[in-house]
Amino acid sequence: MGERVDIAVVGSGPGGLSAAARAAELGVSHVLLEAAPHLSNTIFRYQKGKHVMDEPGILPLRSPLPFKAGSRENILRDWNAGVATLKVDVRYGHEVTQVARDADGFRLQCANGATVVAKHVVLGIGMQGNLRKLGVTGEDLPTVQYQLDDPDAYVGETIVVVGAGDAAIENALALAKNNQVIVINRRDEFARAKEGNLRLILRAIEEGTIQCLYNAAPESVEELRVGRKRLRMHVATQNGKAQILCDRVIARLGATAPRAFVEACGVVFPSKDPNAVPAISEKYESNVPGLYIVGALAGYPLIKQAMNQGYEVVEYILGRAVEPADEPLLKAKFRNVAGITSVNALLARIQERVPLLSKITPLQLREFLIDSEIRTPRPGDRIFERNDYTNTFFSIVDGEVAVLVDDAGKQRIALKAGEFFGEMGLISGRRRSASVVAQSNCLLIETPRRSMNRLIQSVEAVKREVDKVFIARALQSRFTPESGIEKLKEMVESAEIRQYKAGDVLFKEGEAGDCLHLVRRGSLTISRDLGGKEVVLSYVPAGNYVGEMALLGESKRSATARAAIATETIRVDGEAFKRAVGRDPLLRLRLQAEYSTRTAANLAMQQIGAGSDIVSFLLTQGAGEATDILLIDESLCVRCDNCEKACAETHHGTSRLDREAGPTFANVHVPTSCRHCEHPHCMKDCPPDAIHRAPNGEVFIADNCIGCGNCERNCPYGVIHMAAKPPKKPGLLQWLMFGRGPGPGESPYDPLKPPSPAEKKAVKCDMCKDLGGGPACVRACPTGAALRIGPDEFIAYAQSRR
Amino acid sequence: MSMRDSMLSFAGARYLWVALVLVVASVVAYLWHDPIGVPNGGTWLGYTLGTIGALLIVWLMLLGIRKRRYGNRFGTMLGWASAHVYLGTALIAIAFLHSGFQVGLNIHTLALVLMLLVIASGMFGVFAYLRYPALMTRNRDNTTRDAMLDEIVELDQQALALADAVDPKIHAAILRSNERTQLGGSAWRLLRPREDTDSAIDQVRAFLEQKDAEKRKDGQTRDMPTMFAMVDFLSSRAADSKNEALRKLMDVLARKKTVTTRLARDLQLQALMEVWLYVHVPLSFALLGALTAHIVSVFFYW
Ligand SMILES: Cc1cc2nc3c(=O)[nH]c(=O)nc-3n(C[C@H](O)[C@H](O)[C@H](O)COP(=O)(O)OP(=O)(O)OC[C@H]3O[C@@H](n4cnc5c(N)ncnc54)[C@H](O)[C@@H]3O)c2cc1C
Ligand code: HEM
Ligand code: SF4
Ligand code: SF4
Repeated sequence: MGERVDIAVVGSGPGGLSAAARAAELGVSHVLLEAAPHLSNTIFRYQKGKHVMDEPGILPLRSPLPFKAGSRENILRDWNAGVATLKVDVRYGHEVTQVARDADGFRLQCANGATVVAKHVVLGIGMQGNLRKLGVTGEDLPTVQYQLDDPDAYVGETIVVVGAGDAAIENALALAKNNQVIVINRRDEFARAKEGNLRLILRAIEEGTIQCLYNAAPESVEELRVGRKRLRMHVATQNGKAQILCDRVIARLGATAPRAFVEACGVVFPSKDPNAVPAISEKYESNVPGLYIVGALAGYPLIKQAMNQGYEVVEYILGRAVEPADEPLLKAKFRNVAGITSVNALLARIQERVPLLSKITPLQLREFLIDSEIRTPRPGDRIFERNDYTNTFFSIVDGEVAVLVDDAGKQRIALKAGEFFGEMGLISGRRRSASVVAQSNCLLIETPRRSMNRLIQSVEAVKREVDKVFIARALQSRFTPESGIEKLKEMVESAEIRQYKAGDVLFKEGEAGDCLHLVRRGSLTISRDLGGKEVVLSYVPAGNYVGEMALLGESKRSATARAAIATETIRVDGEAFKRAVGRDPLLRLRLQAEYSTRTAANLAMQQIGAGSDIVSFLLTQGAGEATDILLIDESLCVRCDNCEKACAETHHGTSRLDREAGPTFANVHVPTSCRHCEHPHCMKDCPPDAIHRAPNGEVFIADNCIGCGNCERNCPYGVIHMAAKPPKKPGLLQWLMFGRGPGPGESPYDPLKPPSPAEKKAVKCDMCKDLGGGPACVRACPTGAALRIGPDEFIAYAQSRR
Repeated sequence: MSMRDSMLSFAGARYLWVALVLVVASVVAYLWHDPIGVPNGGTWLGYTLGTIGALLIVWLMLLGIRKRRYGNRFGTMLGWASAHVYLGTALIAIAFLHSGFQVGLNIHTLALVLMLLVIASGMFGVFAYLRYPALMTRNRDNTTRDAMLDEIVELDQQALALADAVDPKIHAAILRSNERTQLGGSAWRLLRPREDTDSAIDQVRAFLEQKDAEKRKDGQTRDMPTMFAMVDFLSSRAADSKNEALRKLMDVLARKKTVTTRLARDLQLQALMEVWLYVHVPLSFALLGALTAHIVSVFFYW
């Protein structure tokens, strides 16, 4: 039957823990079920000594448990103490595998056989997922581990490492120094491993320092009472069954994302996007009545937010009305706005005025507003400038703005209350295509990229609306900027959005042309087959179209269009396009002019031959998604490393570029340095949303970075490092004349006193945006070898290198 | 800025023109000017040219400071270097015109000689900067220096392990060869690297020849001048584990020879691009000293 409680909390992360603590404090019957043998597994797994930060600083904490910035150890100690004093009923080693509804409420089934029946369930299981286990008998023996904190803790043992990913390889290599290591790989190769790890493990296997069983699978593990080894593992291999006597098994099989479990509880996710989180009500209740969700899984990726929610959710379950902890933050946002008296009035007004935001839940709107700024610009104030790289999104609640499409300001489009703008920069990741100026009585909401993207991914209706408007505006501004959208009505209706992976072909040379593509995100290359070799003729960034040539005359595609990176286009039907051109002589003229410049450029490119190889090389290095990439001309670079020294010297002593690393082709070297991607991968999963793009395009990390290392992992180019701020250096003259301290370009660290690993934050290239005058690396290069350019300039660059 | 500028072509060789104007103006003034007696530093033109020259030298020396002011926003290092090269070269003309082509065994001529040496070394520097980078890239063949070092360490270990299976003498020879190989260290070693894989190969050859002789009992050794001959010889014999190890050892040694040669060349090229600065900079300080002495002596003891 199992025991009965009012509230069952699943997961003892900051969210769940705080909920259970509040329930205990109020004397409500509860239980806290935690899969791990300790509290808060996510935080438990942080690096030893990590300095945990309490962003957002202005948000007050509301929880029976304490939390302020400090070391991981102190925080866990305080929580353990708090749990003891409050008598929180926590059950370790209780992994919940099933939550089913029945007449009594919820029945929670645990992996260890225990069941609990509860009236309400609070899910606080985070996004980290659970470590995958061996899945055979013996998987829970104490010497069968799923994690390895300190490889040096084991000496002289025989250790079986199961798995073929980077974690397994790194563990095996580290353990092999002092132990006999046997790796069990289910497949016949290490397909998922990073290049460097692959080399090391293959070498170790070849040298015999590590043994590897390929195509092998563990069948069971048993504990031995006699003999020198503690465990016996039975393994199925290609050549039959085998037994391994060993001291320890370390299985590194990755983690299962919590999504499947949450869906099995009946909770619905709004989209397939892996970052999507379930929609929940203002009271954190999911679509399953009685089942509440808090913390990272609810879309709140910071500790303090999770703890506040834990507290509030218990209040809501008990039917009490509490003002959410973030209420003061929201209030502060409309302090200067006349006519709004309460948060609810603000929310109501927004939902009434802005159709786009009327489709979302009040909680989503709150969240959206917390991240956003309310702006009340005066008439004539510039909101953003054409060619800025900013990527925020604006909704107009009151008043009107003017969109200036050309620099002279002759072409103006008026946008009124209820409409939105800024979607082009957001979606294309490129420069703003127009300036926007406020008119009278403006009340705008400015929303950062991450929150807007999250909303687009979480609410289908929002996505549809934004896409619809995007298509109409993009086609109009590209084809009939001087007149309205009416002429293009048919084209707009025929248009649809297409997605391509890097390398996918949109159309091939020689095919019949039946459509036109306007690139809205990503970029394309146009190439032609010349003597059996694909020669790149041009590079088409977002905002431009391809495929019109075949529609305007030639009828066959004269070149191949291929996605240079992950790309989205607006596909316009060929017939609709032809009819629109037929109706509008102005459009025809414009297209013809563009057509002839393009043909000329293609011819020029065809003639330089080898230059095209350089462009192809750069694109295969992923440079197509860059907005600004550092290239080094190795026929000029004297390897003085002045570029690195300049970077370190102007950025707290750590160089953000590695000149030597990276590939070279025809003397063009692509060093390891930030490319300021159109859609920065590093921004994807930053809990405090600390990574931003400045108006000139620089992707930079703000001071509220919490040092979680996600961006370091997410950047495919390896340009982010975790570093602590070093002490200040003496001045140049002091060094020159008195030999004081480390000199310019020398390592700032005292080797005897390494900076504490605790306060590391992510650092990367910011293109010296605060210095003015361009990046220090390029300015410091005495030979002119270092250069920063964008993909639009690749062709000209290749031509200059002939 | 154009897409591809070197020290010489920076801003359409702007400073070449500045330098030429300076030189032509000085020459014209020198020809037009009609001093009392022989032209020398003591005339008004001599003073003017001397002042220009001294200021130029001081400014040229400031490059060392500008180079280390990484946050400085005044011009780019490329621009400074370009100006440095052209205006530095113009000094030759200015100095000779200043002195009226008079030389002797004195402090004044010492300054002149030092200056010429600094300039000559600078010219070598420009040559080195333009020539060696491309050679270096070609020699590297897309690896990095660290990767080459790693590979050598690894090859050394493999060679030792294999040699161990063959014969203690070979093992000792490989060990010695590994220890004797010296890449890098002093500037001298950088420019003239010592690479001792050949001696290991020689030892293996001697060993093979000896084994062959023993087998034949006639005391005659077969000539095995090249690695190919050795490998041929090995493959002609029955495949026992020792021969197998020997053959692998030869492979490893051949690979090591390739990598060490490449690395040595890499270090050598790097050194060539740096070593001239060890002449250029100290001599420029000496020049500054001599120049001061020259000025002081002119003012106090003429
Ligand atoms: C390396 C790193 C550094 C970070 N640094 C900071 C920082 O400095 N400051 C900050 O504010 N945030 C930081 N974060 C983010 C922060 O850790 C998370 O936002 C926070 O932990 C989320 O809390 P949560 O309660 O939602 O879930 P979690 O903390 O992820 O906790 C989930 C708990 O549920 C348990 N669980 C999961 N599934 C089950 C199940 N089926 N049955 C029972 N139990 C289950 C897990 O074992 C775990 O204990 C960092 C994140 C990382 C990865
Ligand atoms: C009297 C004249 C000159 C003086 C006093 C002088 C002095 C200097 C100094 C102090 C440096 C800085 C080196 C460092 O700190 O690393 C330098 C660098 C250099 N000089 Fe000169 N120089 C002179 C003439 C020339 C000439 C004529 C040339 C070339 C034709 C030249 C080419 C260079 C080059 C290429 C550098 C290296 C720049 C770099 O790598 O950063 N110099 N010189
Ligand atoms: S850090 Fe990496 S992902 Fe982020 S912008 Fe730079 S290169 Fe792109
Ligand atoms: S500063 Fe210029 S020459 Fe020196 S290492 Fe960097 S790119 Fe090469």
